[in-house]
Amino acid sequence: MEPIFNKQKRTGPVLFSEYKRGEGIKKALEIGRENVLFEMKSSKLKGRGGAGFPTSTKWMLTAAAKADEKFIVCNADEGEPGTFKDRVLLTEYPELVFDGMVIGGYTCGAKEGLVYLRGEYEYMLKFLEDYLAQMRKDNLLGKNILGKKDFDFDIKIRLGAGAYVCGEETALIESLEGQRGESRNRPPYPVNTGYNGRPTSVNNVETLAAAAHIIVKGGDWYAKVGTDKSSGSKLFSVSGDCKKPGVYELPFGTKVKELLKIVEAEDTKAVQVGGASGICIPESHFERALAYEDIPTGGSVMIFGKNRDMLKILKNFMEFFVEESCGQCTPCRIGNVKLLEGVEMIEKGEFTFEYIGKLKELGHTMQVASKCGLGQSSPNSFISIIDNFKDEILNKIEA
Amino acid sequence: MDNKKTSRAPVSQQEFKVPKPVDTNTIGGSITVELNEKKVSVPLGTTILEACRQNQIHIPTLCHHTDLCVAGVCRVCAVEVEGMRTLQAACAFPITAPIKVKTSTPQVRKARRHIIDLMLSEHYGECYSCIRNGNCELQSLAEEYGVDGYTFGHCDKPAYEIDKSSYSVVREMSKCILCKRCVRTCIDLQEVGVLESIGKGDKTHISTFMERPLADVICINCGQCINRCPTSALHANDPSDEIWAAIDDPTKHVVIQTAPSPRAAIGECFGVEPGTSMTQELNTALRRIGFDAVFDTNFTADLTIFEEGTELIIRLYKALVEKDNSMALPQFTSCSPGWVKYLEHFYPEFIPNLSTAKSPQQMFGAIIKTFYAQQIGVDPKDVVSVALMPCSAKKFECNRPEMTSSGYKDVDYGLTTRELGKMIKEAGIYLPEMPKSHFDSPFGDASGAGLIFGATGGVMEAALRSVIEFVTGVKVEDIFADANITPVRGFEGVKYVELPITAVGPVPEILQGLVKDWNWLKGATLKVAVAHGTANAKKVMDDIKRGGKFSECHFIEFMACPGGCIGGGGQPIPTSLEIRQARARAIYAEDESLEMRKSHDNPYVKMIYEKFFKEGPCGHLSHKLLHTHYTARGKFIS
Ligand SMILES: Cc1cc2nc3c(=O)[nH]c(=O)nc-3n(C[C@H](O)[C@H](O)[C@H](O)COP(=O)(O)O)c2cc1C
Ligand code: SF4
Ligand code: SF4
Ligand code: SF4
Ligand code: SF4
Ligand code: FES
Repeated sequence: MEPIFNKQKRTGPVLFSEYKRGEGIKKALEIGRENVLFEMKSSKLKGRGGAGFPTSTKWMLTAAAKADEKFIVCNADEGEPGTFKDRVLLTEYPELVFDGMVIGGYTCGAKEGLVYLRGEYEYMLKFLEDYLAQMRKDNLLGKNILGKKDFDFDIKIRLGAGAYVCGEETALIESLEGQRGESRNRPPYPVNTGYNGRPTSVNNVETLAAAAHIIVKGGDWYAKVGTDKSSGSKLFSVSGDCKKPGVYELPFGTKVKELLKIVEAEDTKAVQVGGASGICIPESHFERALAYEDIPTGGSVMIFGKNRDMLKILKNFMEFFVEESCGQCTPCRIGNVKLLEGVEMIEKGEFTFEYIGKLKELGHTMQVASKCGLGQSSPNSFISIIDNFKDEILNKIEA
Repeated sequence: MDNKKTSRAPVSQQEFKVPKPVDTNTIGGSITVELNEKKVSVPLGTTILEACRQNQIHIPTLCHHTDLCVAGVCRVCAVEVEGMRTLQAACAFPITAPIKVKTSTPQVRKARRHIIDLMLSEHYGECYSCIRNGNCELQSLAEEYGVDGYTFGHCDKPAYEIDKSSYSVVREMSKCILCKRCVRTCIDLQEVGVLESIGKGDKTHISTFMERPLADVICINCGQCINRCPTSALHANDPSDEIWAAIDDPTKHVVIQTAPSPRAAIGECFGVEPGTSMTQELNTALRRIGFDAVFDTNFTADLTIFEEGTELIIRLYKALVEKDNSMALPQFTSCSPGWVKYLEHFYPEFIPNLSTAKSPQQMFGAIIKTFYAQQIGVDPKDVVSVALMPCSAKKFECNRPEMTSSGYKDVDYGLTTRELGKMIKEAGIYLPEMPKSHFDSPFGDASGAGLIFGATGGVMEAALRSVIEFVTGVKVEDIFADANITPVRGFEGVKYVELPITAVGPVPEILQGLVKDWNWLKGATLKVAVAHGTANAKKVMDDIKRGGKFSECHFIEFMACPGGCIGGGGQPIPTSLEIRQARARAIYAEDESLEMRKSHDNPYVKMIYEKFFKEGPCGHLSHKLLHTHYTARGKFIS
């Protein structure tokens, strides 16, 4: 097994704390399903993929659903622009991710786990397959895992085909089933009707890694870090205008200002939190905290220095959505085109404030009427950049 | 065999997995919800849309269609559900909890208006120059929401080239709003699978395998997608200009045959209730338009019963008596050209099972340009033969290269119900006001058996009315009250009937050249089946391939369209189960009102065998003019 290393990172005391392979599985099998769910609940862990749904609830619902088969899916699509933290976990801490899947499988009653790996991460496929082979040898996967009678579980890896929307859990499931990557109607939710119509828990890489630690060290241990509503720590993928881009583990509740200091960013004009679908905040908001209750994020932090052209940045994001919308629902498919056209109008100076206002209203409709999270969040950057950088954009027009 | 859907549609587009309660009175069987502050109780799993419709609350829809699985993509049915951050698609939200729904809040109205505005911004076309003007769901929606301008612009150039390659279906994707009804129709309702979304983001569009023209893919021309398209993005290949030109040409003798199903539906083009038959009003209207003769396709339907029935007897005799196992059984009907092409693509190895008898349309075409032309002393090259059909596949059928047995193109134009409705309007005629009149000689009136060809089970019933009397010598009325063979009627997807032959009678004169007696059928059980819609046909075919119970059948009726011809791809839009049922009722009522209910009682059919097809059914001339052959096409497109 050739180890793969990544760029600079800062290891924190939670996710990067000491962990021995198989430790979590062993503990989970010892304490039993109910206690696993109890520890998960007291950890208050929320999904790290962006939506922030309590993981214990997701597992409980999957466990409670009646079916002949159930599945655990690890969402390793990591498609949000500016996110590269799952890559670090997969390549340097695979024991956390895979143990988390086994624990989830045990808890929910699944026999099969599927890793949906971003197409661009094909380079790590061999490494991961070798790792799984080793786990099978050590009876951490396969039949009667660690001697636990009737607990069979195995993991398969599937490669994605490069569509951003396939990170959305229901589109991901469609893709796993060999269909076009389009998100599904919900309800029913995947915990009831997921992969092959069976109850399925889709969890982010980082969520699963945190779960492995939680089972070993206890929910209370985890909940001590972070804020009341956002427990634990978070991996941030920091990029853009700073001296030390990379992956950082920081406790939830860290202020934007503090993060900027850690990564040695100077003369920062704006920070885009949450990737292209996140929001863009100006300096006046740098006191705000990175946490579900303030600025929620899946972990992407893009830093823009004084010289950056906000309109160009916005245009870039909108082009991304115009292309990456799955194209099935009207608000997202056409709405993003209209927002992009609006940006181009501003670029050329051919616009009215009234029309821009109408586009913002359209953005609000997209946020509530789109079928999935992609369309619902795609107007975020349009609205926040237009609102927060009005002066800059306005000056540009006058110049 | 179970009647479960074998749907090939993605799970995302299938019915919900919410188990519907058997008894809605049990605890948890029903749920009380609040719709616009009114408390109502609905069965668990009812969608918000259904619940609202049951309670007289109107919610606009575009991608939803009662015949199809759910999509939830247009989002125009958005409603507010208390406690949920986003709006919910009423058509796609099954009620499983006591929710509170609001259907007309400022946010909802604004969202719907936005969605309509967005669709219009990409919709190329002007209503006044559009075939769906006045019958378009997008147009109605724009009206309903008071759209008085293009908030987000309007495109002035078509984004896609029009695909006119198919004889039957024209695709004008610049008018498509991506509701995917056609996709769901093709893959889920019909299980053909020609259409799919291609591309993502702003490049998304509906297309075919490798973006081929429709004529070059496995499209069976059923036109079911047209019937469910809310706009004019899909429409039939309209020959009415050519027909007008023929009518206006004094050197041409233009005749039209009318099939039963259009007559039971064309009233809908004039705002008449579905299920109102307009046969005799239509005869008058057609003469006023300028057709030189108006014939009843039912005449050749009666003829089909003779030809196809005789063929069946020959097959059975060879198989049962001569033990000739080269005889393919069960025999399949061949009057639905959509079904024929479906079989040629998906089950080409079963071509020997298809009856070689042409469809009534093509039989008539061959007779018009031979026998009829002779009778009236007109050169067949000056005869223009038009067929009024409920069907878009009939347009393809009349263009099949083998359909020229008269020496000319047997049927020049297949005209749909919708297209004729338009021609009648153009001629300044209001159909329901027309005086009644009869069909023209020499083919005169036809039997009720030919009439019921239009509904699923009709061909089978017509055949059985004759076969039972031929073989047993007993009147059908003595076995089935009023000669209504109800076991083969109805809209169940697949019907299966067994008829034991306990006694046999003398062989009727017309068949004496074929068999001496019926003793070889005594004690046998005739097994027949009926399937409508190619998805149901697929179930039967797969069962036959597995050697299941349908492989034991003797005769199977297949219709490509759900409901049979009354639900054909050329029928008035909209369509729904209720509308199709109403049309079927009209056909069965007309049948019951007739004196002559059986094909073999039709004196004109007897006349044509005496005067023209002198060797009788399946004789030489009949083989030349009334029978055909098929082409194995396969699924793969080179
Ligand atoms: C457009 C879109 C893209 C997404 N991409 C990802 C992704 O790449 N990785 C991920 O873990 N979650 C992604 N999500 C979130 C998933 O839908 C889902 O919420 C998540 O995988 C659930 O896992 P969690 O509860 O552990 O966060 C995406 C959501 C949307 C709407
Ligand atoms: S919101 Fe966008 S990505 Fe999601 S279903 Fe609609 S079109 Fe597809
Ligand atoms: S499809 Fe409908 S909205 Fe479009 S031009 Fe035709 S009638 Fe008008
Ligand atoms: S005509 Fe029938 S087969 Fe052809 S695309 Fe439409 S639904 Fe499919
Ligand atoms: S062609 Fe018609 S039915 Fe098909 S998606 Fe477009 S508008 Fe809908
Ligand atoms: S009608 Fe409900 S989403 Fe289209």
